[in-house]
Amino acid sequence: MERFAALIDSLVYTRSRNAKLKLLADYLRETPDPDRGWALAALTDGLDFPAVKSSTIRNLMSERIDPVLWTLSRDYVGDSAETASLLWPTPDAPPDPPTVSEAVDALTRMTRANVMAELPRLLDRLDAEGRYALLKLATGAMRIGISSRLAKTAFAQAFDVSVEDVEEHWHGQQAPYSALFDWAAHGAAAPSSEDLPLFRPFMLAHPLEDAQLDLADYAAEWKWDGIRVQVVRVAGDTRVYSRSGDDISGTFPEIASALDLDAVLDGELLVRGIHQGGEEGGAASFNALQQRLGRKTVSKKMLAESPAFVRLYDALIVEGEDLRTLPWRDRRARLETLAARLDPQHFDLSTVIPAADFAELAAIRERARDDAIEGVMLKRRDSPYVAGRKTGLWYKWKRDPLLIDCVLMYAQRGSGKRSSFYSDYTFGCWDGDPDAGAELLPVGKAYFGFTDEELKWLDRHVRNHTVNRFGPVRETDKSLVLEVAFDSVHLSKRHKSGLAMRFPRIHRIRMDKPAHEADRIETLKAMVRD
Amino acid sequence: MARDFSWIRPEPWGIHVVPADCWIDPSRPVDRALVTHGHSDHARGGHGETVATPETLAIMKLRYATSEGAVPVAYHETLSLRGGVSATYIPAGHVLGSAQILLEHAGERIIVTGDFKRRADPTCPPFEVTACDVLITEATFGLPVFRHPPVEHEIAKLLAALAANPERCVLVGAYALGKAQRLIAELRRAGHHDVIYLHGAMERMCRLYEELGVDLGDLRLVSDVTKADLVGRVVVAPPSTLNDRWSRRLPDPVTAMASGWMRVRQRARQRMVELPLVISDHADWDELTQTVIDVNPAETWITHGREEAMLRWCQLNQRRARALALVGYEDEDD
Repeated sequence: MERFAALIDSLVYTRSRNAKLKLLADYLRETPDPDRGWALAALTDGLDFPAVKSSTIRNLMSERIDPVLWTLSRDYVGDSAETASLLWPTPDAPPDPPTVSEAVDALTRMTRANVMAELPRLLDRLDAEGRYALLKLATGAMRIGISSRLAKTAFAQAFDVSVEDVEEHWHGQQAPYSALFDWAAHGAAAPSSEDLPLFRPFMLAHPLEDAQLDLADYAAEWKWDGIRVQVVRVAGDTRVYSRSGDDISGTFPEIASALDLDAVLDGELLVRGIHQGGEEGGAASFNALQQRLGRKTVSKKMLAESPAFVRLYDALIVEGEDLRTLPWRDRRARLETLAARLDPQHFDLSTVIPAADFAELAAIRERARDDAIEGVMLKRRDSPYVAGRKTGLWYKWKRDPLLIDCVLMYAQRGSGKRSSFYSDYTFGCWDGDPDAGAELLPVGKAYFGFTDEELKWLDRHVRNHTVNRFGPVRETDKSLVLEVAFDSVHLSKRHKSGLAMRFPRIHRIRMDKPAHEADRIETLKAMVRD
Repeated sequence: MARDFSWIRPEPWGIHVVPADCWIDPSRPVDRALVTHGHSDHARGGHGETVATPETLAIMKLRYATSEGAVPVAYHETLSLRGGVSATYIPAGHVLGSAQILLEHAGERIIVTGDFKRRADPTCPPFEVTACDVLITEATFGLPVFRHPPVEHEIAKLLAALAANPERCVLVGAYALGKAQRLIAELRRAGHHDVIYLHGAMERMCRLYEELGVDLGDLRLVSDVTKADLVGRVVVAPPSTLNDRWSRRLPDPVTAMASGWMRVRQRARQRMVELPLVISDHADWDELTQTVIDVNPAETWITHGREEAMLRWCQLNQRRARALALVGYEDEDD
């Protein structure tokens, strides 16, 4: 527990992503099993102890300190677990810290009936730092800026394996991830994933700059304005995964139940709409889809009013055959055959745009006015399906207005009727490769573009993800991607990023997109037309 | 009947000793000032007469380049003031020269602690518990969350960071008067006899401490050496220089800060500190409350700090107390 507590503290005080990675990697390499597995789960919010709630801390302290002194302390410190860790009476006996596994074991066995007696026993064995780590672990609220992506990258770094392999083997594993450590640290065979409906990392696209591509080498498809999903069925068990690998099967049960053969398919999840006939027809705008996002359960009414379907882009695995190493054109042929066999209510095919050359494609793109279309995708006809963003294989060519994916960094309260809302958002782009230690630089500020419902959601997000306060400003944990629309961007000496956006507005909230996939400064810079 | 102690009157800019017509730690110029210690929020220049320990006067001379009107008073020496008031300076354990001031008048005893701590400090004599009727105390760290760990524990953290980063240096932000010298003295006590490098603003105060008999070992200035010379070393600088342009001359410093505020993670994060060292020259919560118990005054008056919680504690413990809300004593960097 001491080493874990020291790790937590170092992570709190470390700002650079590379330094965080090193701290995590060192810990994972040097800590014995199963402690490191439990620690990893705790850091990635993979642990839940039903007997310990945040109110447990308050109740424990009310037996030990005057309520006025508690409130004054809590208000000053700003965090209940930290306040309690500092206020906890120093026991007479010297610290006898439990291991992480011991602590997890004890927490697992606690019930609501005995937690008030058992949790103090653990706290009495620790010093202030240890108590903080324990309370954070027990209440499942680490909030120290460790995304699961960062944890996986650190894991890969610790044992010198590839992040893609870690991603692939991670899914389906339970804390303390013994099979994963056996594989990476002890050279055992990788955990079998054949009979599990696992997420495979997505293949992603680079933005198309001013380049022109030869359509003999590249096929063009519409870039649909929904959310990218992967539908996986293995041995009859089906999952729908979002872009970040979150299981959203519960939110879209009609999709999960509609796939009637074993496959791993890549596509765009859309909601049926009537007001956009458009180039393909049948899809509503992203707003309609947003009504259904973020819900754990879905009502019958909602299923009837906003039915979802998947417009298929690619096939990774079909009936046990892994197609990922095949060229796109071969996978496309397989996908077309397959699509014909699927339930047309819930699956259709994203068609290839029939353009003779790039100029014609540009003209088609220019004319496209369907709200469900975000732009054009260009895919190299001989590209295998590879995880991540590989240069030269896939490009995205977004439509006007200018759009960029930024990460929410700071929020400030508005004025007037918005004075109780965090409605003024500062967002940033990466100044390099976020997986190689890049930092976010603020690129703009916006306070409109969202609906009242979205404002409420954003306000709640800010309050729940605050990592720092500077007077009226809150710094968030930089986990939320905002798609920002703007009219133009100009070079500016007044901003650290060197850029100033004109008329930026929040175009939409990208709950589905992990922060490290937000755009880079260079992408924004390339849009400068000065 | 409760006495009203009306011969001593707290005003927002200092404590007025009425019959003697003098002021304790006034924040504006007065004819006669009794100064507890040399920190600039307590020891301002421009008074007609300044009564303080010789060490505090030496510190003020260094700061204000004048010793006009200086009246030295040794620890435990009793000074007769006008109006039948006498003043005795007693060690407060805060920084070199720091004193509590015991005021006696008409059979009543009032102590103004100034800033103080109860822990051992190799750079100054320890706080002495002295009986009195009114204890006028500070409450900079007057919240129960402030419990400073043993200084040895924090020094060990610093030395561990130094050893773990052989290609970097450790830059410690420390208040130029008191904290910096105590930190250096504690490093020496822990067996760290390597050269310690100083920011220029630290130099004169360290030399003064040495002249006054506090041995700080081998000290050199950052400005006299190259970046490469600083690898693997401890550098001490004022807190304001952390993450500032000045620190660019250092080899990839591990940014540390020695302050009681470092106990709270958010405060450390706000200062962009990587290595918070909870080292304070002020009493923590346990020391503050223990001092009230030890001195056991009829009344406790609180000059500045987080007085609400101290008042609450006094109330819970059936002790008469009031907050004075004196202005101008801020100690953001301690």
